[in-house]
Amino acid sequence: MAFVDPDTAKGRYDVIVVGSGAAGGQAAYTLTMEGARVLMLEAGRNYDSRTETPMFKTLDQAPLRDSGTPGKPFGFFDATIDGGWSVPGEPYTNASTERGREFKWWRARMLGGRTNHWGRISLRNGPYDFKPRSRDGLGFDWPISYGDLAPYYDRVEMLIGVYGTNEGLENTPNSPQGVLLPPPKARIGELLARQRGRGLGIPVIPAHRAVLSRALDHKSVPARLHPGNLKAQRILAEDMQGRAACFWATPCGRGCAIRANYQSTTVHIPPALATGNLDILPNAMAREVTVDASGKATGVSYIDKRTGFEHRVTGRVVVLAAGACESARLLLNSKSTVFPAGLGNSSGLVGKYIMDTVGASWGGQIPLLESTPPHSEDGAGGDHCYTPWWLYKEQLAGKLGFARGYHVEFTTGRQMWAGYSAMAEGAGGSTSYGLRLKEEARRYHGSYVSFTGRGEMIPNEDSYCEIDPGVTDKWGIPVLRFNWKWSDHETRQVAHMQRTFADWIAAMGCTSANRPGADGSKAIEPGGSIIHEVGGAIMGAKASASVTNSWSQTWDAKNVFVADGAVFASNADKNPTLTIMALAWRTADRILGELRRGNL
Amino acid sequence: MSDPLRGGGPPARIDRRLAIKWILAAGAGALLVDPLSLTAAGPAAVPGTGYGTDPAMTRPNRPGDCWPLTLSEAERRDVAALCDVILPADDRSPSASQVGVPDFIDEWISAPYPSQAKDRKAITEGLDWLRGASRARFGAAFADATAAERLALCEEIAHEAPTGSELEVASRFFRRFRNLTSAGFYTTPVGMKDLGYVGNVPLATFDGPPADLVAKLGLTGEVGW
Repeated sequence: MAFVDPDTAKGRYDVIVVGSGAAGGQAAYTLTMEGARVLMLEAGRNYDSRTETPMFKTLDQAPLRDSGTPGKPFGFFDATIDGGWSVPGEPYTNASTERGREFKWWRARMLGGRTNHWGRISLRNGPYDFKPRSRDGLGFDWPISYGDLAPYYDRVEMLIGVYGTNEGLENTPNSPQGVLLPPPKARIGELLARQRGRGLGIPVIPAHRAVLSRALDHKSVPARLHPGNLKAQRILAEDMQGRAACFWATPCGRGCAIRANYQSTTVHIPPALATGNLDILPNAMAREVTVDASGKATGVSYIDKRTGFEHRVTGRVVVLAAGACESARLLLNSKSTVFPAGLGNSSGLVGKYIMDTVGASWGGQIPLLESTPPHSEDGAGGDHCYTPWWLYKEQLAGKLGFARGYHVEFTTGRQMWAGYSAMAEGAGGSTSYGLRLKEEARRYHGSYVSFTGRGEMIPNEDSYCEIDPGVTDKWGIPVLRFNWKWSDHETRQVAHMQRTFADWIAAMGCTSANRPGADGSKAIEPGGSIIHEVGGAIMGAKASASVTNSWSQTWDAKNVFVADGAVFASNADKNPTLTIMALAWRTADRILGELRRGNL
Repeated sequence: MSDPLRGGGPPARIDRRLAIKWILAAGAGALLVDPLSLTAAGPAAVPGTGYGTDPAMTRPNRPGDCWPLTLSEAERRDVAALCDVILPADDRSPSASQVGVPDFIDEWISAPYPSQAKDRKAITEGLDWLRGASRARFGAAFADATAAERLALCEEIAHEAPTGSELEVASRFFRRFRNLTSAGFYTTPVGMKDLGYVGNVPLATFDGPPADLVAKLGLTGEVGW
């Protein structure tokens, strides 16, 4: 079993998994390692990070010096192919084009989806994050608690490899001893931020990122992850030895040919394929989940993108892992006599309560960091440090004017691209040229610091997606129409972020007099631009108020599960990927158990 | 045969004619706009031209490989001369034109993308101004003027001109050209070396900043978790 086409994907599978990213990869991994026969549908082409990653390429080897273009928004060398906020032939619409009302929908049509380019920031949701309504009366509680997901966070961290430390900070869970890999040393700018942040009461601790700071422990981890399953242990042990430790160079966003960071294509899919239980069908654009007269799913119909023709595959269970909005779209498009409003939509809640992360940045030039001696600051290709949300008590006491928190990511140092991106704006408005420009470039290189806030958005009634009645994509599949609105909680949070960051860089010695404006609605990045969209098929305790139960199983059809971010009932400031994987593992475990018990 | 599992009116499905049309369009090559995608409503630009959405990333790319360069020979000479006023050679690195920055600027303003199209207008208008001003004052193209003459002209437009003044457009051109030159230069291996960028090479360990730098900035107490 391996890569198949419409002619060979004919068997009856235990599980059809739609999507190959963090959720689809994890679900397929867990299911196949435990013996289920799985067919994975991927809307994009096959992708091989070992041969396609532009490792060590300098920026002058890319058109436009690797600047973003509509076809490659994060630049020529970004790992994303056939993706971005606009995908040719696959439109979506917005109900309003008013400022602040638009949603930008990112897709990555390739094996592994967006895990190929993501930031690798891997934060656990904390106990508060599953019960936000109980804390402040807003949004929704999840039907599960941190304790339900904690064992799966442990497993995912051990499998993919995450560096970080246990600091015991509020709502920032520790991992069990021996699960995390050691964090890389802090860069000089991160050390300065840490020192000067202390005076402002802001903690700086090691980031948690899915990058191998040392090789994985292939001797003990496989047995911890797959107790009693010798075949899975052998496969995983062998695969782990094929992943090298980070060699502290080249940006993670290009992907990693040595498999030192997590991509579904480098971590989940290879061992799943090695089991012999996984078939992958690329270029398969899922159209709908098919159901029988009783409302039970029979499989998935899809368009073969190479020919434009429609085919069907059948399985005992269907797992949707296409990305939150794509999974919602699939459910809404799965109309039948039993489910005229779409599968899973008996509550009318499919597509509702979509959330992105709240984002804003502020930065400046730091004289103390000028003319540092040349040394490599590439490091692990991303943050070595971060700041978890630190004002829980002030917030709960109502002192902040907004209800949920944010964490802070840093960009510092002598980065490859910093040579021009910073100079392109001129240092402090410099208009120099000639020999003076060369001297300034040498002096300023590596002296810029930027803080990026990533905050929690509260689900609201005005942010949802629905089927646009008048528009289809080039395969004739009805497309999504988005509705979006930030609340004051988000815009005030952004104003707080920027104010805090401006104070922070001033404390680091930045002399610029620029200050952010007080109106967060002007600084907040548009919905969808942080690419953390979740919700749209939220889980809950009651069928009338949610799309899935606590096992990510749709209330409507017991053999349909939603494994991706669509089930999130809230979107904590923590980047969603690690939680998506933990949920997908838990969902797959449930499916395996229910299959064994004959319940599906 | 109708589908008993589908309730209500079936949504529009792709038919054979549409499928074949789409295959033909896709097979015509990455540089063509997919005609079907133009008919679809969507909030964003269609990335149908340029290098598309799936270029070969590991193959070497040089300016001119993805789209034709468009500067005239005379414009290119002026561009090279202006690049070298902005980043001349010194004892640590060569000039901008010596490492191919004019090719990059030509690639940039010739690109079939909306954001570069804006620069194309500003840069070509600015080059026209430069040529006209140089001829009027020195009786020669900018590239053929003396080094002192070139510097004098640049000094006039290098700094932000008051809004509405006659030099406003030329001054905006110069600042944009300066930034493009800087971007082009400092992304080459020569430019990165000049900056002291020593990354992009594999290391066995990541050792963090040098201890004397840490000490100099008073950060020794911050090291270690």
